[in-house]
Amino acid sequence: MRAPLSWLREYVALPEGISARAVGDALVRVGLEVERVESAADGLSGPIVLGRVLEIEELAEFKKPIRFCLVDVGEDAPRGIVCGARNFAVGDLIVASLPGATLPGGFAIAARKTYGRVSDGMICSVRELGMGEDHDGILVLPESAGVPGDDAVTALGLDDAVLDIAITPDRGYCLSIRGLAREAAVSLDVQFLDVASVFPPEPAPGEGYSVRIEDAARCPLFSVREITGLDPAATSPEWMVRRLGQAGMRSISLAVDVTNYVMLETGQPLHAFDRSKLSGTLVARRAAPGEELSTLDGSARALDPDDTVVADDSGPVALAGVMGGASTEIDAATTSIVLEAASWEAAGIGRTVRRHKLPSEAAKRFERGVDPAIAGPALERAVDLLITLGGASDAGGATVAGPGVPRPSISLEIALPSRVSGLVISAEAVAQCLAAVGCETLEQFGPASAGPHAPAPDAVEVDLLRVVPPTWRPDLTDPATLVEEVIRLVGYDQVPPSLPTPPPGRGLTGPQRLRRTVGRALAAQGYVEVLTYPFVAASAADDLGLDADDPRRRVVTVANPLADTEPDLRASLLPGLLATLSRNLGRGARDTALFETGLVFLGSTDAPTAPRPSVQQRPSIEELAAIEAAIPAQPRHVATVAVGSAEAPGWWGPARPVTWADAVESARAVARAAGATLRVEPAAVAPWHPGRCAALSLDTAPDAVIGWAGELHPAVLERLGLPPRTVAMELDLDALPVPPPAVAPAISPFPPALLDLALVVEDSVSAEDVRSALAAGAGPLLESLRLFDVFVDAERLGAGRKSLAFALRLRAPDRTLTAEDAAAVRDGALAKAAELTGAVLRS
Amino acid sequence: MSGANDSYDPKQVSALSPESLAEASDAALAALAAAADLEALHDAEVAHIGDRSPLALARREMGALPPSARSDAGKRLNLARTAVADAHAAREAELRAERDARVLVEETVDVTLPWDRARLGARHPLTTLQERIADVFVAMGYAVAEGPELEAEWFNFDALNIGVDHPARSMMDTFFIQAADGSPDSGLVMRTHTSPVQARTMLTSTPPIYVICPGRTYRTDELDATHTPVFHQVEGLVIDEGITMGHLKGTLDHFAQSMFGTEVVTRLRPSYFPFTEPSAEVDLRCFVCHGDSVGHPERPCRTCSSEGWIEWGGCGMVNPRVLIACGIDPDRYQGFAFGMGIERTMMFRNSAEDMRDMVEGDVRFTLAFGMEA
Repeated sequence: MRAPLSWLREYVALPEGISARAVGDALVRVGLEVERVESAADGLSGPIVLGRVLEIEELAEFKKPIRFCLVDVGEDAPRGIVCGARNFAVGDLIVASLPGATLPGGFAIAARKTYGRVSDGMICSVRELGMGEDHDGILVLPESAGVPGDDAVTALGLDDAVLDIAITPDRGYCLSIRGLAREAAVSLDVQFLDVASVFPPEPAPGEGYSVRIEDAARCPLFSVREITGLDPAATSPEWMVRRLGQAGMRSISLAVDVTNYVMLETGQPLHAFDRSKLSGTLVARRAAPGEELSTLDGSARALDPDDTVVADDSGPVALAGVMGGASTEIDAATTSIVLEAASWEAAGIGRTVRRHKLPSEAAKRFERGVDPAIAGPALERAVDLLITLGGASDAGGATVAGPGVPRPSISLEIALPSRVSGLVISAEAVAQCLAAVGCETLEQFGPASAGPHAPAPDAVEVDLLRVVPPTWRPDLTDPATLVEEVIRLVGYDQVPPSLPTPPPGRGLTGPQRLRRTVGRALAAQGYVEVLTYPFVAASAADDLGLDADDPRRRVVTVANPLADTEPDLRASLLPGLLATLSRNLGRGARDTALFETGLVFLGSTDAPTAPRPSVQQRPSIEELAAIEAAIPAQPRHVATVAVGSAEAPGWWGPARPVTWADAVESARAVARAAGATLRVEPAAVAPWHPGRCAALSLDTAPDAVIGWAGELHPAVLERLGLPPRTVAMELDLDALPVPPPAVAPAISPFPPALLDLALVVEDSVSAEDVRSALAAGAGPLLESLRLFDVFVDAERLGAGRKSLAFALRLRAPDRTLTAEDAAAVRDGALAKAAELTGAVLRS
Repeated sequence: MSGANDSYDPKQVSALSPESLAEASDAALAALAAAADLEALHDAEVAHIGDRSPLALARREMGALPPSARSDAGKRLNLARTAVADAHAAREAELRAERDARVLVEETVDVTLPWDRARLGARHPLTTLQERIADVFVAMGYAVAEGPELEAEWFNFDALNIGVDHPARSMMDTFFIQAADGSPDSGLVMRTHTSPVQARTMLTSTPPIYVICPGRTYRTDELDATHTPVFHQVEGLVIDEGITMGHLKGTLDHFAQSMFGTEVVTRLRPSYFPFTEPSAEVDLRCFVCHGDSVGHPERPCRTCSSEGWIEWGGCGMVNPRVLIACGIDPDRYQGFAFGMGIERTMMFRNSAEDMRDMVEGDVRFTLAFGMEA
């Protein structure tokens, strides 16, 4: 809501000389969000005054006609000013900016020689003054504007500041000068003038236009007034056009401008029907199936039976509370008008706005609640303006239909504001605050309840205040809303800060600590964390080359995505991570390793709709379970991608390029953080290279694959425009166990026995199989086992064979090992390896 | 080796003769003196002092001497051995000194050479900032609660007193989830705030409740310098007997000081949220101008638009309607809740001016933060 200060001043006795900023601060104190304070005079400075044209000398010797004018600017002698415009005559009152003045855009005025004369200033157009776009000629003022020498900024009201205020949904009444003036008056403790008391609904006698309400739940109040004899040629006065402009609305015609002006002033949206285009009784009803309406914005709209309309004998003539219809629109020939001021049920208006994607100034107010008591005064105000400005006459009569809006009372425990704020607020202060916002209050005694529900049967009797909220505050519905009013007016700054005493805490949970450890482990390995958006293209699965039946293809789709090209939610972290890798490569980072931990979203084809149970009580166990069942699974994944060099080249030697092994190692690092050991097995799963892909499982549950790692498939890399040999890992972080407290090992002080074994196996035998066989055969004396060499030589080993060299470290807890001990371990390990993998000792 | 010999024959033990000892000793001293480095000295030591050296061999012959001769021979031998041992020690000291002076100098390297061999990693500042916030509250005894990002509308709106036709619902710029039949009525949304975790916490635990909920949230804002459709919030929720707005203020002050230093000044400004009543915005005194720009157009402040205050987040006392929907007795319990944007907090704390940098994943941005924001 944009509120000109001058307009506010008409309804609140602002202290003399108070700045717009101070008024804004006062509104902030009572909970309004003043986003900006601006003024048309912001770009104007220096001498800009009213002047009267005394003489005009036409200079004809130039390409275009030029005038040299003598202008009285209130000084001893007139000034000579050169002007190119021709829309003025001797005796006209104009605006002259004199040397030393600055106009919007930093345009400095100085005396200068032009067209052979010295121009001692400039005669200004509307655009040059920053008042609007009109640049067809200079601005000629009515005699009433002032006398030569008057400050033009004041005379034109250009110094009128505009407060731009963001209105929260509970403060619908502040979408009006009336509401803002009331808030300012309360905050500044000054006199408030209610527009409702200036224009009481006392229409001239007569029969009003006939109306009927068919759906009183949607329309509790419908009132109309009628005027005739409007001068179609009458235009809106300059002050009205300026205020509408300050409020952000365009001037259209006098009748429409009046309805908008009164809406801004009172908060009551009005609609003007051309009387001559109406036929029969105006009816407030639901739309019938199949009905259509052409609205004022030029759209033909198919109406929904949930829409509320105003109809006459011809059918719907307005989408109630939202927008009028084209068939009864005010036009240049309109002389008789039926003005409507109604109350519409807020929720229904909101649905119609969303259904037809048709937000309007009227709907914005009805959605937030309009004071039903202002409908009558608003109509009188509008009729008054049309009579005064448009030469119209009152057709007499007023029609008011509907049961009206009920005003339920609220029982407020007087101690509640104190209990909520932590500040002692007296009963008098509570009553005063509520009275200040317009509530009627009555003290009584009874059982207390803090919530919008019946008090408990055993509630003690306490001092209560029976509060009837004012008609313009439909948001005041239960004790908590009244408590807010009281504390807000006492001032949040009065509440003394203190700290509550929580029960002793147990710190982070195991999974929360694990997530930190995983992040640190990957960062320590040289991976940089990124947080990518979860929105992916529908083609993401194809880009990754996923099989048709891959579960990662079952995605969740956003109904209203930001970008139509990315409607799906990720089922894998890789698309976002690879796109971010691409972006970094594009910005010149060649050796890059990234990681991300985050939720992925697993769709299902038969997802039920999530129910929305009542909020009047706690939902049942079944209702909550039904909600949970509808929410897709969202496991937390961790993924890494890397490209380029894992180790940079330097004076120490050449670079070490990133390989599939780095990806697998990143998975092992994650598992280590969880105190778990990964089982790594060959796999052929998209998007990885089928020969360089490892399936990952926990060695405690080797059958459950929790992720994959390796080099990405060359075709995938080509599609994504990534360099060859880019590697990636992704695993389900939720599948990792929370590490139990580590068990302290017994440290043997005895020396180790070291044993190296080189085993020859078939190429197809995995190193892991040989390692685990050796470990199984070595027995309890084995302290550690490490593969330190892989050797392939067809001549010496035979084709299709490889040699794997392992270093075994043996140690006993209680003695120094003998040569015999070592030999026994060696024999046991070799025998097991031979049995399980066909390994033979390399000779 | 000669055995014990009662019949003394000086020729058989000539190694202990003064001449022989002098010869061996001279040879040893000469060899030690001639040793040019520690390695040569070691060789000389083996040859002239070690077990197979003439002096060591001579010592073994002592037993062959008759007792009357042993004393003399013993004295001579000890003198010779001591002289050689001293000479060795002296020469070793000399050679070590020389090595230290020469060889170690020759081995000097340029220690300023870089060792930027391994890639550096880093954690995202939005992650570490959330962790730091969690640490502040965990230190006070709070727990960290979590919930899904793809959330039921009931938790995201209804339970929080935002009914289906509430204007706030459409103001939230919500991402709706498509139902299996393609319609937008799945009853699911991307959570627009972390507040549904409040509702979940209240439904699954009994007061006293002291939790914070950090996490990702979603709104249909286009990405620009100060907006991102995917952002992070931290929400706090306290439900206990006797909780007041004063507790809320004290907690927020502590939080603000933990984030921005003890000099920070906060203010609560009345506002509106459907799930709190009373509601307030939390403002911070502008870090840049400290309020000095207010009313001084000649020295405007870009950070606070010369307002003197910058908005940090929202807060309030939990609306009794929310307590009822979550099965908590509003006549017995009161509570407060607050929510702050993590990105916004980082903008103030780390002077990060452009939110796009936080979401684009450029490694140069994240690396600047290392392991802690």
